[in-house]
Amino acid sequence: MKIMNKRTGLIALFVLAILFPLIFQNDYYTHMLTLSFIWAIAVYGINLLAGYTGYLSLAHAGFFAIGAYSLGLLTVKAEMNFWPALVLACLITSVVGLLIGVIALRTKEHFFAIYTLCVGYIIYLVIDKWDGLTGGVRGLIGINAPSNIGPITFETAESQYYLVLTFLVVVIFVIYRIVHSLTGRTFLAIRNSEELAQTIGISTMKNKLTAFVLSTFFAGLAGALYASFVRFIGPDIGSTAIMFDLLMYLLVGGIGTLSGPLVGTLMLVILSQNLQFLQEYRMLIFGPILTLIIIFYPRGISGSFFDWKRKRRNQTGNVLKPIKVEEG
Amino acid sequence: MFIETKNLTKKFGGLAAVNKVDFHIEKGKINAIIGPNGAGKSTFFNLISGFHRPSSGTVLFKGTDITKLPANKIAGLGISRTFQTTSLFEQSTVLDNVIVGHRLRTKSNLFDAILRTKRLKREEKACRDKAMEVIEIVGLTHASDKMVASISQEEKKRTAIALALATDPEIIFLDEPAAGINSDETQGLINLIKQLNQRGLTICLIEHKMSMIMNLADHIMVLNYGEKIAEGTPKEISSNDDVIKAYLGGSASA
Amino acid sequence: MEILLQQLFNSLTIGSVYSLVALGLTLVYGILHIPNFAHGALYMMGGYITLTMMTAFGFNYWVAMFVSILVVGLIGVLLERFVFRLLREAPPLHDKIAAIGILLFLEAFAQFVWGADFQTMTSPYGQVVTIMGLTFTMQRLLIIVSAIVVMILLYLFLKKTFTGASIIAMSQSREGASLVGININKVAMLTFMISGGLAAIAASLASPINLVFPGMGHLVILKAFVIIILGGMGSIPGAIVGGYILGFSESLGATYISNDYKDIIAFVLLVIILTVKPTGLFAKGER
Ligand SMILES: Nc1ncnc2c1ncn2[C@@H]1O[C@H](COP(=O)(O)OP(=O)(O)O)[C@@H](O)[C@H]1O
Ligand SMILES: [Mg+2]
Repeated sequence: MKIMNKRTGLIALFVLAILFPLIFQNDYYTHMLTLSFIWAIAVYGINLLAGYTGYLSLAHAGFFAIGAYSLGLLTVKAEMNFWPALVLACLITSVVGLLIGVIALRTKEHFFAIYTLCVGYIIYLVIDKWDGLTGGVRGLIGINAPSNIGPITFETAESQYYLVLTFLVVVIFVIYRIVHSLTGRTFLAIRNSEELAQTIGISTMKNKLTAFVLSTFFAGLAGALYASFVRFIGPDIGSTAIMFDLLMYLLVGGIGTLSGPLVGTLMLVILSQNLQFLQEYRMLIFGPILTLIIIFYPRGISGSFFDWKRKRRNQTGNVLKPIKVEEG
Repeated sequence: MFIETKNLTKKFGGLAAVNKVDFHIEKGKINAIIGPNGAGKSTFFNLISGFHRPSSGTVLFKGTDITKLPANKIAGLGISRTFQTTSLFEQSTVLDNVIVGHRLRTKSNLFDAILRTKRLKREEKACRDKAMEVIEIVGLTHASDKMVASISQEEKKRTAIALALATDPEIIFLDEPAAGINSDETQGLINLIKQLNQRGLTICLIEHKMSMIMNLADHIMVLNYGEKIAEGTPKEISSNDDVIKAYLGGSASA
Repeated sequence: MEILLQQLFNSLTIGSVYSLVALGLTLVYGILHIPNFAHGALYMMGGYITLTMMTAFGFNYWVAMFVSILVVGLIGVLLERFVFRLLREAPPLHDKIAAIGILLFLEAFAQFVWGADFQTMTSPYGQVVTIMGLTFTMQRLLIIVSAIVVMILLYLFLKKTFTGASIIAMSQSREGASLVGININKVAMLTFMISGGLAAIAASLASPINLVFPGMGHLVILKAFVIIILGGMGSIPGAIVGGYILGFSESLGATYISNDYKDIIAFVLLVIILTVKPTGLFAKGER
């Protein structure tokens, strides 16, 4: 019964997402939604690491930028076709992620956060200063839209929307599968207590590295999509400002939940579009929101919603259905 | 010899928390380590289970040197343990906590997870079955769907033991299993430990309540200030002058 | 020889500022185990408040600095009382996120009130002096001397007063401190106040030789983190020595490697340290 409800809800949501451009016929909205889907992919990556494995990385804007610049440089300077460039961009990001992860993951908690913050900063600085390769502060212009697959082209706002939507759905599906598998349970065990995880025979380093590399892969994918969608990139996409934006999407939506990244990203991107007049000062509102959320609703909108539902179910006398791994 | 330590030493800065301890654990027996607070008992466990690198000395398991193995590899050999303070995942059920305990006996990886392969399904079932089995052994079947946050201290201890059992160990180290629970519940735990032992599991436990050990253990070692001051049967230990002195003069908590 | 002396002098200036910022950060970390990512924003607020006091109210440099210390100290107290105290029992992740929220707010606030432009602070000590072939402005000399005075005062406060002793006691053991009747909440607020005050002093001293802008705290806080990892998280002498070491490496790097990349030195240093020793230099105990 309950499963049915959930499934119908999901299908309805999916149909809505498909019909959206057709209903609104408004390029601006379509554009905005596409962009938020791209951010959401990056946030899903961060969530896998921070939410499910317990490691807060502050370097992910850097990985996003690596993905974006890899795609940009491969298509513009090496004149590669979009699709192989996309694959390569994700690979490059993951390899860099692997190298950094091997070292970064030996540190814990605060050290890990500070270390990754510095790594993110170094990535940003390198992009900014390596004029010959990246174009420095001038950025990289003239990146092409995704090239066609047979007869399907990606020149219009709608077609790009569907392309990005497809990627998002695949990403969510993959993460769903991971989280609900033995691998996901292993990540959660590490988040709960690394010592305990080791005593029950889990190679924590191997698993943390898996989570880390996967999360950089998603960040790189998002970056690459961003580059070919916006068609212009500058060093700023690797800045801490972007990192903190992504973190905010995650926290508001619900860290460690499956729907949180999407909910948070959509809500905040739409909200800040409507608060356009505030643009530069939006942090006057979002900063305190972030702080209040972590104090009073650390599981964000999605997490709190499911907690609330569970509580209500208990009160109405129904038998408590145990949550699988973690609902959301 | 099942497990043997030779000259095992651990120094923290200047302090020798474990000092040149030779000890052996016999297969199929209930072994115990006692001593006042701060005697180095937990540290001794940490050395055997791979959490601390010894400053010197060796640990042998069935004759092979495991001194330098990391903790997860040692668990893989069939050496399992619980911690003095349990650190279970409170926001999850007893069953979900225990299922992951069998993970080390499974092979499925990321690709199995994404593709939901037959292997993953088979292994998930194996983990779940194992979890149900050990939860039954520790007597928590009725509570398997409860949140850990909502169960009693004693049930948490049993959950921690179940988690250790889910790894399919040959020997289990229990660090003060009876700390923080009342005497009725302690008796229940003693029965559980005896029952595990009857199933063929070798046991080594830390306790500083002398009374509990005396009618449970087959073989006892006494630590004081990191050094082994006595070893033998409960009878030998209870009549040992050094032990009495250590307990009377060492710590009021004994 | 002269170049080296000049370098040494420059590094003392930069190092003094770094040390003051790192001191505030390490105090809060040592006593409350909070890596305060918002500390750079407190530094930035300190710069702006001193500047505003001088330009809008015509206050004397020192009076302006004094007001700034009070205001930023108060912000610190408010943060402890209304944010971090509520998170004491929460997982360590929460402190960090909360601090980031505060950082974002304070920066947006500064931009809203003072604009995004770079501003200069004119100090009354702009005159150039030459001693033994070394040329420098009075302001730089002032930075070094003031920093040393502040450090001595802080030392005396921590060692010689009862309140200072209770701060030290709490940094060693929170439970122990509360057992001997120390009011943990008071000490926590006081620590945040001192930390904010130190940031304000550092910013007020450094602003005349740098610039005042909303992002002025970014690099400083990152480097302060590097310093306290270098010197041992929570260690007071470590923060001081670490600050001077970093100042020295940077001015050497700027002369002998490249001025463009001097800011990267700190991070490379950090990456090396944590690669070799993941728990930081001088980590207490071991797992
Ligand atoms: N990680 C550690 N770092 C430094 N000292 C430690 C550490 N673990 C234990 N010790 C010290 O080693 C001694 C023995 O501790 P422990 O093995 O926990 O004793 P027991 O379990 O017998 O009560 C104590 O003095 C304790 O302070
Ligand atoms: Mg102990």
